[in-house]
Amino acid sequence: MHPEKTASDLLAFDCAAETDRIAASLRAYLQKNRRRGLVLGLSGGIDSTVTAALAVRAVGAERVFGLHMPECQSEDATLVLSRSVARWLAIPDALEDITPLLEAAGFFRRYVEAARKVIPEFENSWKSKVVIHATGGSQTFSYFSLVGQSPDGRNVTARLSLEAYLEIVAATNFKQRTRKMLEYYHADRLNFAVAGTPNRLEYDQGFFVKNGDGAADIKPIAHLYKTQVYRLAEYLGVPAEIRQRPPTTDTYSLPQGQDEFYFALPYQQMDLCLFGKNRGLPADTIAKAAGLDVPMVERVWADIDRKRATTHYLHLKPALVESVPEVSS
Amino acid sequence: MSDTKREIRHFIVETFLFGQDSGLTDETSFLEQGIVDSTGVLELVAHLEKTYAIKVKDEELTPDNLDSINSIADFLAKKRA
Repeated sequence: MHPEKTASDLLAFDCAAETDRIAASLRAYLQKNRRRGLVLGLSGGIDSTVTAALAVRAVGAERVFGLHMPECQSEDATLVLSRSVARWLAIPDALEDITPLLEAAGFFRRYVEAARKVIPEFENSWKSKVVIHATGGSQTFSYFSLVGQSPDGRNVTARLSLEAYLEIVAATNFKQRTRKMLEYYHADRLNFAVAGTPNRLEYDQGFFVKNGDGAADIKPIAHLYKTQVYRLAEYLGVPAEIRQRPPTTDTYSLPQGQDEFYFALPYQQMDLCLFGKNRGLPADTIAKAAGLDVPMVERVWADIDRKRATTHYLHLKPALVESVPEVSS
Repeated sequence: MSDTKREIRHFIVETFLFGQDSGLTDETSFLEQGIVDSTGVLELVAHLEKTYAIKVKDEELTPDNLDSINSIADFLAKKRA
């Protein structure tokens, strides 16, 4: 038990040793599977930047290939920052604007059609985002709203029906799946493997698209809390402009924080709650470290369980009716 | 059992339990038993709005109103009063 530990103590770890451990694991994976390097998507965010830096530590800059994959709804800062990461690490990179692929897949048309089910005047020129709302006490129900903004700046918010919600999510998932398709294209042509970039909070809570950003050959930071990813970033010398950028989904055309769409609290507090739950620490220890009250910690723990149950399916490999032992690993 | 409870039970069993209603009582908490997730809540609300010609407000999307067959029946009775 850690009755008087501060938030910073609880998630402390040896950055140098962890860097060496991850680098060794990446090299072992590549050697075992006879791949010559690593491809990854660069978003200009903390997770992909740290993953890229670790990949460079593991196999050298010339064996890491970075992809910039913005689309017309991405934040302007995304490409600027992701390019600055490639320059900082001196890795080969390529720009793949995914807008034409999204257009060909019908993403924009499908999204507008779904949005019009709850905001009839919605047009492709509008910006929008999906926002989660939680109601109730220790056991909560969540529901989602679409926030639309017309070109003249008028905001409209409407609760999403089941049909509209599912269609918007399904259409938006084209973005992550299109990016992954391109990552594997480059991995195949280079004989590289694909590195995924989720941190522990995202991985544990299912904050990824199945066969989209959830797909990868190796996920080097999936065991690290986001707070630890930031510490590793500092250790690895990640430029301040990346470390200071607030976490964003950069998925919808209106700015949207991860805690607005998926997580109940900012990542620092979510990390502490998840860590405390995983280690079986008392709720009051976590409450003190996170600056929360005990009932709130208990609500977050219940929400963690609920998200684990809801997103369990995302982690599953394709099910077989009967095992095929000759090829199972 | 009232017709309303019977209809709600039928919907829950057919939609979320693939026709297997073993152990589902009128008091069973959908959340505690993992029967309904956030998508399931939307599905349930869509069903209630269509079947009972009601409009469920945002602030009514609570476990008090929607977490069991009994709570839904009570909620519908209030809405239709």
